[in-house]
Amino acid sequence: MDDAVFNRIRERLAGIAGEAAVAHGILVLEIEPTRLLEVVRALKDEFGFDMFLDVTAVDWPQREPRFDVVWHFYSTREFVRVRVRTRVQFADPTVDTLTKLYGSANYMERECHDMYGIVFRGNDDLRPILLYEGFEGHPLRKDYPKHREQPLVPYRDPKP
Amino acid sequence: MSLPPLDSLPNPIRPAFTEHSREGSVIVNIGPSHPATHGTIQIVAELSGERVLRTDVHCGYLHRGFEKECESHTWHNLIPYVDRLNYCSALINDFAYCEAVEKLMGIEITPRCRHLRTLLGEYSRIADHLTCTAAALMELGAMTAFLYLVTIRDYIYEHLADLTGARVTYSYGRIGGLAHDLPEGWLKRLGEILDEMDTFTGRVHGLVDRNRIFIDRMRDVGVISTAEAVNWGFTGPILRSTGVPRDLRKDTPYLAYADLDFEVPVGIKGDNYDRYYVRMREIDESAHMIRQLVEMLPEGPLCVDDRRCTFPDKSLVYSEIESLINHFKLVMEGPQVPPGEVYSAQEGANGELGFFIVSVGGGVPWKVHCRAPSFVHMGGAHRMLDGYQLADIVPTFGSINMIGGECDR
Repeated sequence: MDDAVFNRIRERLAGIAGEAAVAHGILVLEIEPTRLLEVVRALKDEFGFDMFLDVTAVDWPQREPRFDVVWHFYSTREFVRVRVRTRVQFADPTVDTLTKLYGSANYMERECHDMYGIVFRGNDDLRPILLYEGFEGHPLRKDYPKHREQPLVPYRDPKP
Repeated sequence: MSLPPLDSLPNPIRPAFTEHSREGSVIVNIGPSHPATHGTIQIVAELSGERVLRTDVHCGYLHRGFEKECESHTWHNLIPYVDRLNYCSALINDFAYCEAVEKLMGIEITPRCRHLRTLLGEYSRIADHLTCTAAALMELGAMTAFLYLVTIRDYIYEHLADLTGARVTYSYGRIGGLAHDLPEGWLKRLGEILDEMDTFTGRVHGLVDRNRIFIDRMRDVGVISTAEAVNWGFTGPILRSTGVPRDLRKDTPYLAYADLDFEVPVGIKGDNYDRYYVRMREIDESAHMIRQLVEMLPEGPLCVDDRRCTFPDKSLVYSEIESLINHFKLVMEGPQVPPGEVYSAQEGANGELGFFIVSVGGGVPWKVHCRAPSFVHMGGAHRMLDGYQLADIVPTFGSINMIGGECDR
């Protein structure tokens, strides 16, 4: 059953979404960042991917474009998942927001912005969510040192 | 000790609104450390009298860099960390994480391990639902029901401590298997606890189900429709409370769920009462599943015979060089996971618990991302809070069952 859905998606998105291989049961669509809204609209309206599961990024510091941005969608009718992946440049890590299509995108885009500095064009609420106001840098980027501390309230001297 | 002046302390959040939307309204700040928010969460609410006009929910106070920390430890060493995501049902996290790594390594676990993981996952789900329901009831003043439920939970914790050595965070999953097999007499005690649980949950049903106060606080409060719930990414008991039987254990069966007979309980209208009832019914279904699993538990090895992830027998480590080297490599370098990426999801106690992991080969992950149901639920929590009374925040928030460990990671 999965294969039938996946084949229909492949046909529909031929020419937009790379080779669209199935990896560990998930159809993987490699797309250009500019085609994101078009692809996700098709997935949602034509193929019933009504649940936005997740968005995150993967940092490849030795590579340019440096970041993969990865979305996962689920269809509550067909019970299949699809992964959409695109690459963005370090100098301009911008993709379109999906908050117009899915309510749940807002929190997860905020988290992805916190952690990787990915900018979601059209999402005007990219306030920190897991981090706090004034936090500098994006901790899940590979060049952010693990031990760097930014306490909001200065540490107290243990022996005053 | 002198306190610093108020304005010298920086505000960690920037509220979504500071202007009043209506004359005479007040903006109050609830949490992050408030007796009615069992969990470190902050809700900025605009009130008109007692009515909540709008809310802005902030989480992150329990953020401890789980995903960053994962990138500098071996695949095996992460297991204690994933335990601490949803610490009410730590075993489900263990198994979901291990399954993701096993998919990437192409490992198929043994039948005994598959059934034991299913059994322990359901046992953890019971503990999680007991915790959530007990806390939600206590916050409404139902102290007796709380004590009944946490009594059983404590039996379960003690019983799991007999198995794993720890009450809450077990570190019991292993890539390709489990830490060790069941101790003698463990299944007998399991049956006793389940029987006792039936008695106690029966009493709780008798105490609250048709209790006028309870119904007034729970019925038609925090209502969410199926379409809204899907749009906001809700999964698990919250989605099922809206009336749709969406459960990964049925829809995309994993572990041993395809062999089991169970129902997916659903609610009627997606309010607090439905969420309470769905959880109570799921406890019954989990107990039903555990009883079947005890009957069908296969004999045989627990861990796969794969030198990439399973530790050699200790007596061999001491007596032959190959096993010694194998042991050394597994400890020092970690299990060798081939390059690739995988998203693997299981039905956690709160909803879809997904792990997205990326490997570049070798013993240390390149990236581990957890799709935590609590975090997603917090993103849509305002849909269940806005428009109700201030006091309704307490039961509604309780019925969402936000777990800080997995929400903030």
